[in-house]
Amino acid sequence: MRLEEVITLVSGKVLTDEPDLQAEVAGGCGADLMSDVLASAQPHAVLLTGLCNPQVVRTAQIADVAAVVFVRDKIPTQDLIDLANMEGIPLITSPYGTFELCGRLYRAGLPSLEQRIAHDEGGE
Amino acid sequence: MGTGQDARRVVTDEAAGHISRVEELSYELKIGDVMTRDVQTLSPDMEMFDAMQLLRKHRISGAPVVADGAMIGIISIEDLLRAVENDGLHAPVRDFMTTKLVTVHWYEPVVKALELFGRAAVGRLPVVDENGKMLGVLTKGNITNGTLRALQIDYQEEEVRRYRASHLFQDIISDRTSLILRYRIEPRDFTRGGQASNHIKRALLRLGAHAQLARRCGIAIYEAEMNLIIHTTQGGVIWVEIESDHISMSTMDDGPGIPDVELARRPGWSTAPAEVREMGFGAGMGLKNIERCVDEMNLESKLGEGTRLDMKIVFPPEETFGDTNPAAVISRG
Repeated sequence: MRLEEVITLVSGKVLTDEPDLQAEVAGGCGADLMSDVLASAQPHAVLLTGLCNPQVVRTAQIADVAAVVFVRDKIPTQDLIDLANMEGIPLITSPYGTFELCGRLYRAGLPSLEQRIAHDEGGE
Repeated sequence: MGTGQDARRVVTDEAAGHISRVEELSYELKIGDVMTRDVQTLSPDMEMFDAMQLLRKHRISGAPVVADGAMIGIISIEDLLRAVENDGLHAPVRDFMTTKLVTVHWYEPVVKALELFGRAAVGRLPVVDENGKMLGVLTKGNITNGTLRALQIDYQEEEVRRYRASHLFQDIISDRTSLILRYRIEPRDFTRGGQASNHIKRALLRLGAHAQLARRCGIAIYEAEMNLIIHTTQGGVIWVEIESDHISMSTMDDGPGIPDVELARRPGWSTAPAEVREMGFGAGMGLKNIERCVDEMNLESKLGEGTRLDMKIVFPPEETFGDTNPAAVISRG
């Protein structure tokens, strides 16, 4: 799915400088816990999150996240937007909550990119 | 879709991004940035025949006419043709030059010149300063070249950095070459939390690491960096040593130390305070995440003395640095 379709589906507002609207988003991932993103999100996912701090952008850079959608109209500080521009990570804000957003994107055919992780000792 | 783009413009999706950037550049670039400075000028008293020879010699299709340092006209191919038609090749340049001058200022944006080229049907525009003194000449070719150059700088800065860095391991000869990166991490510095890890990941990509490998290293060091920020009393250091076939990453701090290392490694076990959890960390998954990403991990801690975490990732044989084929290195990541 292209980024511009994601933006439309979530009724999103783009916060960063002219993102590549044709960029391919491979799937989705929803988490407020950045360790969960690091652990489970596969590359090129759109990240739906209620967290609104620099760690979101830094985590996105590390985890090769395609774009970040902030839920419930959350707007990050300008510092955070600057950081995202520098890292080239599109930030989008949406009026919907996490559950609603997951549902909208999933129903439109966006697959989950949350990798299942075994929590047993030494599990891969 | 959803961006209110002009529907009348027929532009392929792929080209859309680039075109808007070119348009942007036509406003950003100044005429003075792209003009030709070293201009061939003509004198009003020379013969049209000599002017023609000069244009031919320099492979240009026109030149300004200058007398006493001031520009008084311009000669183009069309003026030369008029001279030929009227048997005027031995007449002075002043008889055939165009005196109605359309000029532009050096500080004006390129878009201004583009408008003039479209409107005034001229091939070259003399560029003048605030006092009307000629500084150079601008052609459409100058604009094309200047824009392409600027675009190249925009898009290739990262590529160039990557290209340079990717040769490090093959350009420097030793029995064992390594690159060491050190970062100082302050306690409770959540604003900068993850910054060192972002820098480390980028360094690896520039060195030519595959995206997957850089990601694994990035995740492991990010968790370790957050641990330093969350748990240490006086912060600590990140020490990364990159060699051509593996990477060693360590974090070291001087306290408070972990009371029970085995317990600390258990998924979900955490001593992080609520405010740290609100930042999206401290859920007790850090060490587990690290373990999953690295080939070797060793955690040593003494209560009251400090903690040392060593991580090692061995590169798969086809992904070692110092590739002798630069094309292969560049296409990575």
